[in-house]
Amino acid sequence: MADKAAARATGARLLAAFREAGAVEVEADILQPAEALLDLYGEDIRARAYVTADPLRGEMMLRPDFTVPVVQAHMAEGAEPARYCYLGEVFRKQEHRGPRVAEYFQAGFEVFDRADPEAADAEVFALFARLLAPLRLRAAMGDIGLLMDAVRGLDTLPARKAALLRHIWRPHRFHALLERYAGLTPVPPARAALLTGAGQPEAPWIGLRDPAEMAARIAALRADAAAAPLAAEAVAQLDALFAVNAPAPQALAQLRALASDMPAIAGAVDRLARRLAALAARGVDLDSVRFEASHGRATMEYYDGFVFSFTAAGPGLPPVASGGRYDALTAVLGQGRSIPAVGGVIRPGLVADLEGRA
Amino acid sequence: MTLKLGVPSKGRLMEQTFDWFAARGLVLRRTGSDREYAAAVEGADGVELVLLSAGEIPRELAAGRIHLGVTGSDLVREKLADWETQVAELTPMGFGHADLILAVPACWADVDTLEDLDAAAAAFRRAHGFRLRIATKYHRLVRDFLRGAGVADYQLVDSQGATEGTVKNLTAEAVADITSSGETLRANHLKILSDGLIHQSQATLLAARGADWGNGAGGTLDGLCAMMGIDRPVV
Repeated sequence: MADKAAARATGARLLAAFREAGAVEVEADILQPAEALLDLYGEDIRARAYVTADPLRGEMMLRPDFTVPVVQAHMAEGAEPARYCYLGEVFRKQEHRGPRVAEYFQAGFEVFDRADPEAADAEVFALFARLLAPLRLRAAMGDIGLLMDAVRGLDTLPARKAALLRHIWRPHRFHALLERYAGLTPVPPARAALLTGAGQPEAPWIGLRDPAEMAARIAALRADAAAAPLAAEAVAQLDALFAVNAPAPQALAQLRALASDMPAIAGAVDRLARRLAALAARGVDLDSVRFEASHGRATMEYYDGFVFSFTAAGPGLPPVASGGRYDALTAVLGQGRSIPAVGGVIRPGLVADLEGRA
Repeated sequence: MTLKLGVPSKGRLMEQTFDWFAARGLVLRRTGSDREYAAAVEGADGVELVLLSAGEIPRELAAGRIHLGVTGSDLVREKLADWETQVAELTPMGFGHADLILAVPACWADVDTLEDLDAAAAAFRRAHGFRLRIATKYHRLVRDFLRGAGVADYQLVDSQGATEGTVKNLTAEAVADITSSGETLRANHLKILSDGLIHQSQATLLAARGADWGNGAGGTLDGLCAMMGIDRPVV
């Protein structure tokens, strides 16, 4: 593992390159209010971030990333379009022994630009690809928005689509729900009894959840039971979409073929085509970039469009760089306002390691 | 160098631990007054008995301050990150059984599975503006379990005691706690989710991977394992 000085020096070099690419350097406090991060990420962040108590400000976290404070600063006072860069340490608890460290530098580059999202995606990826080119990393990309469009296009109840969309980032639950809606798994006995009119249990009502909330859910379960199961064909199409994993140009061809049966993804496939064209125009060799449809699904729910990573060979190591589009996050943090945003981070410590080994 | 054996310092868990070892030829007993935490060992040389709170035994094992310890399998998994790299399980001991379970109000007719809980949590968050609260002191076990099951929109709230009362007191919507008979849950109008079994715990004999096994401690372990009729762990 590179020492801090080497990581910092490498980070400074990356930061200079980000500035040269037009970004303004920003700072973020190391101590961040826990509430906003917890609200966004839920319980997972508590397992991954160091939480501490401030006597006046309450629960605080050692910053687990820069994205949230940078977005907050931009929403509060930024002019558009904007390009930001930053360098600093982030802190992540590690629950397992191994090569992952709890404290490391991130050098980041974020673009807030409404004009041409695919061009902004390509700008970030191409910049990272150029800076990391000497390390000969494995580059991969995906598009969470494509998956979301596919779900939105299903011919089924809006409630089912909403439940599936909520679990895009939790593949296990997503697929369990998909099988449930397709009628492929048996209805649990208690639900079957409830649907056939089992009465209210003989227990006093306790707790904050209101009887009306239960009534609403029972009504939703009844509506779900009355609706036609999701067509087996639709499930097969989704499975085929999630399984796409090929060099980007071939993946695009496969997705075009899938789109002929799934018109809902046609727009997203067109956007992917524009993104790939913009990448090629910036000199990225598309044959060396894999498009993996499920890329980014196992991360925290954050990215909702283009996602990418650059990874070195080596078991258990985190990606050297990763990033993506997070339009929805800006809407949540902007309290009504939003701006299309895309960005990513490089880990200078890993870059210094790989350069030292070369 | 003596091999230090940490056992629970009081109550039924201590008595059952003493009985378990006595049945295998190792007599452990407290010495001095009732209140003094002093102890003696008969039946093997080079073994020192250390009386500790069951909740502290995982930490003492992880630090290598004791070589062997008896505590609940739930406490080891909860208190030690990556527990298998820090301790080795020698044998389950067949007592101290308790289940860590997830329970919700019995009046929730629509919630019987984790899938139901997840759906109820999503609606609860929309209605109330915060995530559904689960009261527990087993944060790591519960979080890992719910992550594995893909449950979202919940938060854990810390409860170190009287956890079953938190729902009625409106400080939580669900609880994750240890139960053996389920009576306390029923008395507090809670029901266990049908797939809500998080961990089946029992008293377990453990060895510290990080303890100093030189200077005869390793040899003492060989002898003890032979007496207990268990496989010698790799520590």
